[in-house]
Amino acid sequence: MGVLEDRLPENILFTTVDKFLNWSKKSSLWYMLFATACCGIELMQTGASRYDLDRFGAVFRATPRQSDLMIVAGTITHKMADRVKKLYAQMPSPKYVIAMGSCANTGGPFYKDSYAVLKGVDRIIPVDVYVPGCPPKPEALIEGIMKLQERIMEKKTLVKK
Amino acid sequence: MDAKQIYQTLSEKFTGRIKQFQENTHPASVVVESDAIVDICSFLKRETELEFTSMISLSGVDLKDQGKMLVIYHLGSIRHKHKIALKVELDRNNPHVPTVEKVWPGANWYEREAYDLYGIVFDNHSDLRRILLPDDWEGWPMRKDYVYPKRYHTWDV
Amino acid sequence: MAVVDERFMDLNMGPQHPSTHGVLRLLIKTDGEVVSRVTPYIGYLHRALEKIAERLTYPQFTPFTDRLDYLASMNCNLAYALTVEKLLNIEIPRRAQILRVIMAELNRISSHLIAFGSLSSDMGAFTPFLFGIREREFINDLFEMVCGARLTYNYIRIGGVAQDIPDGFIDKTKEFLDYFPPKIKEYNDLLSYNAIFIKRLANIAVISPEDALDYGVTGPNLRASGIKWDLRREEPYLMYNELDFDIPVGRGEMGRVGDAWDRYMMRIYEMEQSAKIVRQCIDMFQQGDHIAKVPKVLKVPAGEVYVRAENPRGELGFYLISDGSTKPYRLKIRAPSFANLSIVPKLSGGVMIADLVAIIGSLDIILPEIDR
Repeated sequence: MGVLEDRLPENILFTTVDKFLNWSKKSSLWYMLFATACCGIELMQTGASRYDLDRFGAVFRATPRQSDLMIVAGTITHKMADRVKKLYAQMPSPKYVIAMGSCANTGGPFYKDSYAVLKGVDRIIPVDVYVPGCPPKPEALIEGIMKLQERIMEKKTLVKK
Repeated sequence: MDAKQIYQTLSEKFTGRIKQFQENTHPASVVVESDAIVDICSFLKRETELEFTSMISLSGVDLKDQGKMLVIYHLGSIRHKHKIALKVELDRNNPHVPTVEKVWPGANWYEREAYDLYGIVFDNHSDLRRILLPDDWEGWPMRKDYVYPKRYHTWDV
Repeated sequence: MAVVDERFMDLNMGPQHPSTHGVLRLLIKTDGEVVSRVTPYIGYLHRALEKIAERLTYPQFTPFTDRLDYLASMNCNLAYALTVEKLLNIEIPRRAQILRVIMAELNRISSHLIAFGSLSSDMGAFTPFLFGIREREFINDLFEMVCGARLTYNYIRIGGVAQDIPDGFIDKTKEFLDYFPPKIKEYNDLLSYNAIFIKRLANIAVISPEDALDYGVTGPNLRASGIKWDLRREEPYLMYNELDFDIPVGRGEMGRVGDAWDRYMMRIYEMEQSAKIVRQCIDMFQQGDHIAKVPKVLKVPAGEVYVRAENPRGELGFYLISDGSTKPYRLKIRAPSFANLSIVPKLSGGVMIADLVAIIGSLDIILPEIDR
């Protein structure tokens, strides 16, 4: 099993409650399998063979009820927008949102000429991290997830400053 | 058969209901009376010499300057490997044309799409609802004079 | 007031569902486990591409064709370029034609790999999906070499291709061609001839040739029903008439002709053929321009064309009306998946709910081109 197993005597670790809570939150970012458009394929490939998102404790769940993280991968249209709000509401707290790709950030290439595309998912739900690109490479998405992990570590739950 | 022969066959069978033959389009197109479309389509599908097995595509076009709407049926035959386009011209203020859903069931969705985007009404269609846009969307977006909305539900468009 | 039919339960599948391959919503009326009627609701990804086309110039629209069917961007670029070139009436340099065929066929393989992978994961086998992605990453690397993008390439432009291939591309492609065919055997051993997999797909949702034609089903789905119809052969474009390849058709190996297993297997056979085409193209390579002379401000002569090409999912057609200006007057996109999905209500009366997933998976639909 692990390298440390049976090598150390019983130990006590000192840390703050906040740090411990944040560490556990950031290490199991279960993301919802929610792909609307092109970025969804890159999200899929990030989760698969070469990039293996599982390394970051991020595994996909098929339902919002089990997810901590919503990666909005792709264009959100007006017809879809109500569903996105509903899906966000169904996720248990604490919950985070990554807007992946230009469409989720701002409407992307459809900003000016399309009547049907929502110009940025932040108009309907709060967004934590924006990942630019059309679509972003898997490396960029992983960077986005690591940025989110940094943000989670900064969170103060018990100690008010 | 080439397009010219198809046109001749059609104009013999449906005298007075075939309006025009346009050779310079690709594939060549035949403009027909809108109320004859079902008869013509079922003839094209049934006749062994023609045998247009499937409707490749159906498109609406808005000719705003001429006050007209067009519906274009692209038809193809797998056996005879020929293609033709049928066109019907509609009044832009009240565009309606009989459905060809009974001839090719696949037309159902194409007609709903033309209804959704252009407001073209297909008479006797079994299920004429919006298909791409939400049910509460206002206006016909592919028309040339469509004004983009400012707000939808609770957010800015 | 609406009357509720108590015999049936309404079940909503999608728009967020792992097995709907995007944002498709299916309203299922069920009687226990048995599906009585399915109504697909589409349009959750309607991005108004046809309207955008009318507001942009011809070259500006090319990147949007990438996003039409993002699993086969090259093929979509190609069909659009062919449409505009038909009206422009220009000669495409030989080298550009060969490059186009190579890219289109490589993209066909990578698209079919997703079809293979997602169908297997729909059926509950996740490993083949990872296998498919492994090979797809190889092709992504090749495309990244030629155009810098992994998914939306914008490489095939009006008049030719965006730039010539870099050094080392041919060697890397040859490496892929040696590497890939043995993998197909691996897929077959792992999945195609797996008894459980066959049980899940054989004799499910048989599409008869008549139905396929009535609904305008094209591509591998049509060929699985036993109709030998491939636009690369029937209406050859580029230099497909010089190439030697077979067109696989469904033979009902595991059940009846045109069942879900036949449709799945078409993709496997086609990947082999595509690899064969790419190999021939590499042997035919010759020096020359990669793009024809196309004016900076592109005015397309007035006219009407409907041009179609064989995409991985079937016949992609563009109906273009030009009024002689720099922008299309009307660009209608005839998407293969749109017609392929419209047959689902017909197929799914009386099937089990789990088989519905197999039906959707075996049709290999993709939502952006359905909704456009």
